[in-house]
Parts: sequence; C-alpha cells; structure tokens
Amino acid sequence: MRVSLFIPCFVDQMFPQVGFAVARVLERLGHACEFRAAQTCCGQPSFNAGYWDEAREVAARALGVFAGSEAVVGPSGSCVAMMRVFYPQLLAGTPHETAALDLASRTFEFGEFLVERLGVTDVGARFPHRVSYHDGCHGLRELRIREAPRKLLQAVRDLDLVECDEPESCCGFGGLFSVKYPMISTAMAEVKGGSLARTGCDYVVSSDPSCQLQLDGWLSRTGQRPRTIHLAEVLAGVEA
Amino acid sequence: MSQASTAGAVILARIREALRVPAPPPQMRSHATEQAAAAGPGGLTILPADVARPWLPDGGDTPEERVAILTENLRRLKAEVHRAADLAAAADLVATFAADRGWRRVAWHGHETVEPLAIRLGCDTYRVDDRQFDKDALEACDAGITACEAAVAQTGSILVSSGSCGGRALSILPHVHVVILPAVAVAGTLADALDLVRARHASRLPSMLSFITGPSRTGDIERILVLGAHGPRELIVVLVG
Amino acid sequence: MTRAAADTDPKTVFEAEEPHLAKRKFLHDAAEHVRDTAHRAFVRKALGGYYTSRDTQQARYRDWEQARDAASLAKWSAVNRLDELLPRFVGNFEANGGRVHWARNADEARTIILGLLRQARARAVIKSKCMTSEEIHLNAAMERDGYGVVESDLGEFIQQLRGEPPYHFVFPCMHVRRDEISDLFGRHLGTPPTDSPEELTMIARRHMRRLYVDADVGITGANFLVAETGQISITENEGNARLTAALPRVHIALAGIEKVVANLDDLAVLLPMLATAGAGQPLTCYNTLYAGPRQAGECDGPEEMHLVLLDNRRTEILADPEQRDSLHCIRCGACLNVCPIFKNVGGFTYGTTYQGPIGSVITPHLRGLADWNHLSGASSLCGACTDACPVRIDIHHHLLHNRRNAARSSPSRLERLGHRLFALVASRPWLFAAGGMVVRRTLWLAKKLPPPLLRAWLATRDLPRPPARSFRSQWRSRP
Ligand code: SF4
Repeated sequence: MRVSLFIPCFVDQMFPQVGFAVARVLERLGHACEFRAAQTCCGQPSFNAGYWDEAREVAARALGVFAGSEAVVGPSGSCVAMMRVFYPQLLAGTPHETAALDLASRTFEFGEFLVERLGVTDVGARFPHRVSYHDGCHGLRELRIREAPRKLLQAVRDLDLVECDEPESCCGFGGLFSVKYPMISTAMAEVKGGSLARTGCDYVVSSDPSCQLQLDGWLSRTGQRPRTIHLAEVLAGVEA
Repeated sequence: MSQASTAGAVILARIREALRVPAPPPQMRSHATEQAAAAGPGGLTILPADVARPWLPDGGDTPEERVAILTENLRRLKAEVHRAADLAAAADLVATFAADRGWRRVAWHGHETVEPLAIRLGCDTYRVDDRQFDKDALEACDAGITACEAAVAQTGSILVSSGSCGGRALSILPHVHVVILPAVAVAGTLADALDLVRARHASRLPSMLSFITGPSRTGDIERILVLGAHGPRELIVVLVG
Repeated sequence: MTRAAADTDPKTVFEAEEPHLAKRKFLHDAAEHVRDTAHRAFVRKALGGYYTSRDTQQARYRDWEQARDAASLAKWSAVNRLDELLPRFVGNFEANGGRVHWARNADEARTIILGLLRQARARAVIKSKCMTSEEIHLNAAMERDGYGVVESDLGEFIQQLRGEPPYHFVFPCMHVRRDEISDLFGRHLGTPPTDSPEELTMIARRHMRRLYVDADVGITGANFLVAETGQISITENEGNARLTAALPRVHIALAGIEKVVANLDDLAVLLPMLATAGAGQPLTCYNTLYAGPRQAGECDGPEEMHLVLLDNRRTEILADPEQRDSLHCIRCGACLNVCPIFKNVGGFTYGTTYQGPIGSVITPHLRGLADWNHLSGASSLCGACTDACPVRIDIHHHLLHNRRNAARSSPSRLERLGHRLFALVASRPWLFAAGGMVVRRTLWLAKKLPPPLLRAWLATRDLPRPPARSFRSQWRSRP
C-alpha cells in the first residue's frame, strides 16, 4: 500500500523523529511512504478556538493536498480526529463536503492503521523497558481507539506494560487551553502525570505528540523519572 | 386574560416557534435503536413495555428467577428479606421482630395482608386509615407495616401507593418499614410493575406511587453511605408464599 | 427553628452583580482553588468511590450502550414533541386535581410561589432539594418576605447553614469535611462534636422530623413530568421529598418545562439510567410519582398541589436545533463526577447554578454568551462528560459550538487577527516552513523573554529543545 504521511505541524517542527519512526515501521512492513510537502496544519487550533471560517480555509486546502491518496496516516490522534471527525462537520453544506467525507474514510491514526487496517500487531520491535500507555482523549473518545496501541505494545519484546490508576484522565493539554487556562491545565498534568509516574515506568508511551509536550514538560519540570516517547518510536525500535 | 393564561400561551407559542426547525435524532450506537429513531419523534417504537428490553438489568423470566433476583438485589441494598409460608407464619415472624427489637408501638393500615399481622403483634398498635391520624403519634411509632402494590426484581424495589398501602406517610415516617410482599406480586421490571398498577387502577391512579429501593440513605457527608437519612433506617421485606 | 441563620452572608457568587466580571472571577477563583491541593485531593477521593459503584452497576445492564440509546431517544422524542406533550401533561395534571402555574422567567416564578404561600397562610415551609429553585433564588425571596424555609435534604441543609449554594448539583456539600459539619451543627443545633458521618446524619434526622410535621407547605422539584398520566416524578435517596409531599397541607412543585416525558414506559428506562449514571445505584432509593393532591379514600396527603412550570430561557435553547439536546439533561451529575475541570477547580468557581460540563453548555444560553463563554473555553475538550452522559448529550462538542458562536457574535479583534494570520501562513507551505524555522531558532530567546502565552506555559512546564531541522526539510534530503 502507498501511504501518505500526515505529519501535523508541530510534529514537523518539534518532533521530526516521530515522523521518521512512522515511515520506518511502515516501510519495514513493506509499504511505501510518501510525504506531500504542500501539507501544513490541519486547522485544529482555529477550529477549537471557535474561528471556524479560518479553520475551514485551512481544512479545504488540506483536502486538496491529500486528494487521491490511498491511505493517510498520522501519528497524532488529535489531528487525525480533526480530519476524520471534524472536517465533515466543518465543511458540511459547503462544496467540499463530499471530499471531506472521502478523506475521512481514508484517514487513520498510526497505531489504529497497523492493527485495524493492516491487521498487524507484532512489528518485530524490541524495547527493554517498563512503559505505561497514555490515551490521548481525541484518540480514545473521538476515534474510539483503546486496544490497538496496547496490542502493539504487548507484542514488543522485553517490554513491560503497566496501566496507571487514571487511565482515562486527560493530560490537560487541550491546545490553547493550556496557555489560556494554565493553572487548570497544570492541575490536570499533576493528576495524570502523577498517576503515570507512580507506575514506576521508564517511559510514558503516547500516540499524541501534543500530550507528550504537556506530560513531558511537567514531568521534566518536576524532576520525575519517566520520559515520554511516541508509540511509533517504540515500534521502530528506537530508544530516546 | 390572567397572568397565568398569558404566560402559558406565550411559553407554548415560543415552544411551537422553536420547534419549527427539527433537530436530528441523537447519534446511536446500536442498530435497533437507530431504526426506531428513523421513525421520527412521534413514531418511537423501541420503548413499549411489552417489548422486552434486553439491555436493562435482568428481571428474570420465571417467578422463581424473579424472586431470586429480587432477594439478591434487596440484600445488596441492605434491606432485610424474610420468607414466610403464609400470612400466619408472617404474623409470627413480625411478632418476634417486635419483641426482639423492643418496638413499643407499631403503625398499620387496614389491608388483608396487614391486618392479620397487626392483631397478633404483642405491642401497642396504631391504625392510620380508620380516621384522620395524628402526625405526631405516627412519628412516635417505632415501625410501620404496609402492604405493597408490587415488587421489581430488576432493581430490588418495592412499589407502594397511597391508595392501597396506607397513604403517603406510613411507609416513610416510622423508623422501620415492614412490608408484606406476596410472592405473586413480584414483577420482573419497572415497566412490568407500572403496567400492573395501571391495569389495577385503570379508573384513576392513586395520588402517590413510590418505588422504594432499600432503606433511606445518604452519601452527603464525604460520600460515605449512611442508612436512615430521613426515611426508615430499616426496610424489612416479608415475602409471603 | 424558623429560619436557618447562615454563618456568612449568602454568597452572591451566582448573581455576579456585574456579569462582565464573571470571567475575571472565574480565572481568579480557579487559580486560587488549584493551589489548594489538599482540597483537590479531598474532592477526588470523595468521587473515587463513584467510579467503582457506577462500573459495578453498569455491568449489570445487559447492554449499557443500548440502554443509553433508548434513554436518549426517549428524551429526544419528548423534547422534540414538547408542543404536543406539555399541553397533554398539563391537561392530565389538572384532571388529577393539581393546578398548573406558568412562569416565563425567574421573577414570575418567585411571585407565583410567594402568592401561593400567602394564600396558604404559611408559617413554616419545608423544602426538598430542587435545583430549579436555586436557579430562581427562591429561598432568598422567601426569606425576604418573612417565610422561614428549611432545606430538608441533608446536603442542602448543610449548605443552607453554611450560607453557600450547592457545590455540585447532585452532591451539594461534597466539598465539606465531617469535622466542619460537626462544628456547624454544634453552632446551630447545639450538638456535641463527633467525627462519625452516621452520627451527623442522625443529628439532622432528629432535627428535621419535627419540621416535617409542623410545616404547612412543602416545596419540591420534579425530575420528570409524565404526559400520559399527568404525574410528576421525584427522585431522591433520603426520603425527605417523600415526607415533604406527605405531611404539609399544601404541596408546591417547581420544574422546568423540558422535564416532560411521554409516558411511564419511557420513565421506566430513564429512572434506572439516572440512578446508575449519577451515583452507581440500581435505582435511587425513592422514586415517587404524584398525581395531584390527596384523593377521596386516601388517608393523608396535601389538600392542594401546585406545579410551577418555568421557562426562563429554556425555549431559547429549544430554538437552537444544534444544542437542543442539552435539554435532554436529566441532571444526574455524571458529567461533573468525571470532569477533570470540575475536580480541579471545584463547584463554586463556575459561579453558576449548574456546575460542570452541562453547566458550561447551558449557562451561556441562560445568562448570555458574551459573559459566560469563558466556561466553554475552560475545557481541554477531553470528552469524558459526553461518554458518561446517560442520555448522550453531545456535551463537549457543544462547548465547541459555543466557542464558534462567540467568535461570530463577539470576536476578540486580536484573536481574530491571530487566526487570520495563521490561516494565511498555513495556506502557504513556504511561509509555514520559514515561520517554523524562525520559531525554532528563536525559541531559546523566547524562553528568556517570553511573550505572555509562552510565559503561562513555562511557569509550570518545560519545553523540549527544538530540533535543528524540521521533518519536511530532513525528508527532502532523505536517501
Ligand atoms: S448532561 Fe448528561 S451527564 Fe451531565 S447531568 Fe445532564 S444527563 Fe447527567
């Protein structure tokens, strides 16, 4: 299969290694990856802030960028949810509606794509560490992804997966929320980050670099042990 | 026009105006309900009580199952359940409670399942339905004995009414509520119990129908469960037959 | 006791005299509350047991998701037929011997109730929990007119003594520690100190019994209005509502017009859903249906029953098909119980009658979007509320809808400019790449001299070191 990589704007700028890890895993499984360089951002920041006209502009553009691709795969539950769940709503009643629904049907979150679309759980990775998985809320509740990343992690050699006691709690990132309401956002990081740290894990694995930004930022500031790592990096066999 | 009728007319006009634009049915997760939604708000077919509702908690298919589920639910709710072969045995049982627990005065109402027990109690009794009862006197009673309309296995509830279970206060004011439940009155589900009552009181529903699900309780203090908030601290169900 | 004297002046947090200050107050109170880590832990712990009992009870449903579908359908079909069902309900309620009074707004509702109290020559009034009465500030109005009123629900009673509104619309005093309650009872009722929740409950029980017997008027809310039979349905655990509607001479109930359901069959689904979602119970301890006052042949009950039906801008929500489903709310409180915002900022910070996610959705409709949109902003949109809602209200997406409506009706110039600029950059990949590089290269500087948004981030969190090259640039040079 020819996979079109959907690399969200801040992955592009801040976490390039995650994009490469995605490509490495997919290529190892025999799929070709392409990166359409015209892509920028999915428009979620404006959408979430209520500026839907601006978001619509960005979204309509993205439809064009990914037109004709076989499968669009992104390493962020949040940005994939934007494309799959919110584009059709945002563009409903516009000339782009059909294209939005079409793109939605071809767009997948990385872990979900492996398990649900390709039917793969063991990608041949080894990661000799204790890890805990953090469910990003968009992946969990907009895309209904819960089992896929866990299945993938359980198949990794020498990896010890432990659940935290707040598995369904939000990390408190929420995009602009984290800077407009920093005290609430931080309080949420304390709850989720604290719960993850208590598992005694070496790494917090996530499918959402935005959650990583938040959790890592707080864990690092408070001097706690676990670092965050993207699921794709674990599956690519890369240690941070 | 009076204020009342004007306000009512205005509100109803606002409602009609507001509903001119339809709202889509809620997003469904299951196919069966989706079909019902497609029929539109007036054509709802999912909910009639005669359709089994296989998604709610189980209420049992046979009388034995129903009694078993009810008993288990009542125990979980911290109600007492006792079985008696007939009303005479029930009367003995309740008389023992009265003696063992030191009840001085027990309130009751005239009903074929209650009267035989009341007359055999070894303590003072207070009947509430042969004249206007005195609220203070009822408040001072240690226990109240009532009949019931039905019981609901599914939820562990007892259904009482103001019509045939001694009014509104008897089942809630005394510290202990003893309820006489003929085994045949155990219904499977809430809908079944409501159906039964509707059929029984076809001409006019009693002014109060109450599902009692365990002894009175509160969690208002630190979310810690305490029994006997304002209503009965103890709910004693005597299952007869 | 005629009047529950409050410890402090009744908190006026709700009726912010100057509604435009609501946002500033929210930010201030949230910051304050978040610092109180002991309190936050206390609230988390209090709600900890909720998850266990809810999950246990949900597991007894043969299919919880399908039950949610059915419950949401029942409410959808009722709310979208309100024009037909409400008059049907009223007709049947009056045929049962009750009287209906219509109130377009809070002021009319208060006037009606005060009029009824006058007519009844009420001396003592007992009340059971009713959030709609909080919405219209009924107690304050009654006290102004000289009526002693006592809240009989334990949590509401404690809040009344404390002079505070409810902290959580189902668990009104969940934020109060037992030692505080013991002190409170000591001061007001002269009881000896105790640290047993059971003892404390018994103190309130003993105190209240006299009051039920002596009250001339009982005021309750209503959870459902059954169109088919003209009954009102009241859900409670303590038995105080039962007593309130049993012993006084006059029963007055107050309810929003959206509480109508079509028939008893629908009710038989909604009652268990309400109890399970809200508190993990199979059914709340007392679920009572009232059809008018005492009937001939019944041995007790009130001589009169009145029902005040309140609009108070509910019809405005009804007129918005997108958010009409927020009128499906059965006030179970589940969305609050699972909400990380609620758990971290506490109930009072909202400054609203209805706290938590559903409050953040409906308050802008009830009290003005311009002043209350910040509640929609104060969410990470995690969606825990929507997952918990037994009637499938699209709660967290409605927060998005409120944000969109606010950006349309009262956009902040600066924000609009920011988003326009962003759209401009995002539409030009070269500009986007160049902009990204500038940000990466200057991040070290920005950390030293941070602009306000970055400062807010850096106060509690680190930022990763930006990579030298972006993904797009590295991909281009990939072998
Ligand atoms: S919105 Fe849903 S979860 Fe929240 S109180 Fe209402 S019914 Fe319950």
